[in-house]
Amino acid sequence: MTVTDRDPLAHEDPRRLAEFEARIAAGEKIEPGDWMPSEYRRQLIRMISQHAHSEWVGMLPEGAWITAAPSLRRKLILIAKVQDEAGHGQYLYHAAETLGATREEMVDALLEGRAKYSSVFNYPTLTWADVGMIGWLVDGAAIKNQVMLAGCSYGPYSRAMVRICAEETFHHKQGQEMVRRYAAGSPAQRRMAQDALDRWWWPAMMMLGPHDSDSPNTPLLKRWGVKVKTNDEVRQEFLDEHAPELLEAGLSIPDPELRFDEATGHWVHGPIDWDEFWRVVKGDGPMNAERLAARRQAHEEGRWVREAMAAHAARAASATGAVPA
Amino acid sequence: MSEPTTLGSELTRALLERLTALGDDELVLGHRDSEWTGHAPILEEDIAIANVAQDEIGHAVLWYGLVEQLGGPDPDRLAFFRDADEYRNAALVDRPRGDWAFTMARQFLFDAYEAELLPRLERSSYAPVADAAAKVRREELFHLRHSALWLERLAHGTDESRRRLTAALDELLPLLPGLLAPLPGDAALAAAGVYPEAAELADAVLARVGAALEAAGLARPTLEPPADAAGADRRQRPDGVLAALLAEMQSVARSDPQAEGW
Repeated sequence: MTVTDRDPLAHEDPRRLAEFEARIAAGEKIEPGDWMPSEYRRQLIRMISQHAHSEWVGMLPEGAWITAAPSLRRKLILIAKVQDEAGHGQYLYHAAETLGATREEMVDALLEGRAKYSSVFNYPTLTWADVGMIGWLVDGAAIKNQVMLAGCSYGPYSRAMVRICAEETFHHKQGQEMVRRYAAGSPAQRRMAQDALDRWWWPAMMMLGPHDSDSPNTPLLKRWGVKVKTNDEVRQEFLDEHAPELLEAGLSIPDPELRFDEATGHWVHGPIDWDEFWRVVKGDGPMNAERLAARRQAHEEGRWVREAMAAHAARAASATGAVPA
Repeated sequence: MSEPTTLGSELTRALLERLTALGDDELVLGHRDSEWTGHAPILEEDIAIANVAQDEIGHAVLWYGLVEQLGGPDPDRLAFFRDADEYRNAALVDRPRGDWAFTMARQFLFDAYEAELLPRLERSSYAPVADAAAKVRREELFHLRHSALWLERLAHGTDESRRRLTAALDELLPLLPGLLAPLPGDAALAAAGVYPEAAELADAVLARVGAALEAAGLARPTLEPPADAAGADRRQRPDGVLAALLAEMQSVARSDPQAEGW
């Protein structure tokens, strides 16, 4: 397809499209070999690869604290967590490959700045408490989104989400346990926990995506069962769960307009700074340049290793091939 | 099998030193390995090196746990509240992580050492050491497979990988005797069957390493068994590398005297 298509479905065979949509309406999963509209494929590659990049880039902010984790237990937990993120990235890149994308293309798109990843990883981790706050808020928000995506119509993505959510739930609990402990700890620990919440609250709220009115892909993605809820619906779920828990931990949420609405049974938040969100998404967040630079550096420094692997594998293959069966 | 109470004070002191050295080697190596998490050459190796790092740090917790059982400080106290001059790790494990060839070559040397050490420790007359060694050995088998595969890949990869591997080994092999050298109390431990005899262990490790390098098509190095005094290397910190590592590792843990824990 071409990007200039006004209607991305105009060139699709109406009969096949109708059959495809009937399968989705019946709650069937679409699998890699099945017929699908090219726009469905394109949107899924976009979403899954962005998700994979988010895991890969998301290793950096927390990974920076591995070498300073303050107890052996915390050190082990944090390495395991960042390792899980690598595993999720690997799993998601594979899910995108089932749609015809290659890891190389996806990685190049990220390193050349053509692909997006979650805006939240473009904020700095300034203190150790940020590691806990990321676990509680960022993983908490990610779980809300991923639980929704576990119901996605594309089989491999849906299954990846089921598996990933199980691990994210551990991360969320670990983060929560850590922040609660510091919020009830020494004066310096309490200050550290509050400062982390002050800096991570709004980025976590924003990471669930633009307001529904600014999310042009959402209607089509809902029609095809890729997303089963809108960004604002998922954000509301995140808010309803986390606002009371943070307050109960003795922390203050940096939103003067935050209140519980007895009538609806939901929490209501103040205005989100969407200008900041779009700045960060478009590359001007506090850490965009550093994150990409770190990924590029690891990629460049690993190039000779990947070349050696390939050369060794080729040699081993030709040696095997040379021996008659 | 001896019980802790039957060790006597001289053997207990010697064992505390040895267990501390074992734990320090594992912790410092695990720490260096963990620096790769998020920065490895491919995503699959981020996963693998993070696994190795967790295992090594987990083994440090085991050895430190035995120190605590013998009346020493708890594992976090040992890790976060000793200075460089109180650490007993070999210099081999605290060198900066270098490139992937350096990290994998170092890991291979350490894995080869443990492949010889652990079966011997499983026969220790001190049951807690034998039990801990049995747990550690299961994981170390995977480490050795992983690092030996990388040795093979880098030796038979490209000219650059071979050059980098050779340079790494040139730097690392002279540090191997420091890992193998006995501590002052080791002879008494060996006599009591608690810890293997140093010279026999060193010969076995050097033979294993030499054979592996030869099999990978690398020059078989002339590996001298450690001089008796080489164990004193574990007390000498000439270049501040370990102090810098610890300054970072201990920074949060020591930042707040009022904190009851982290």
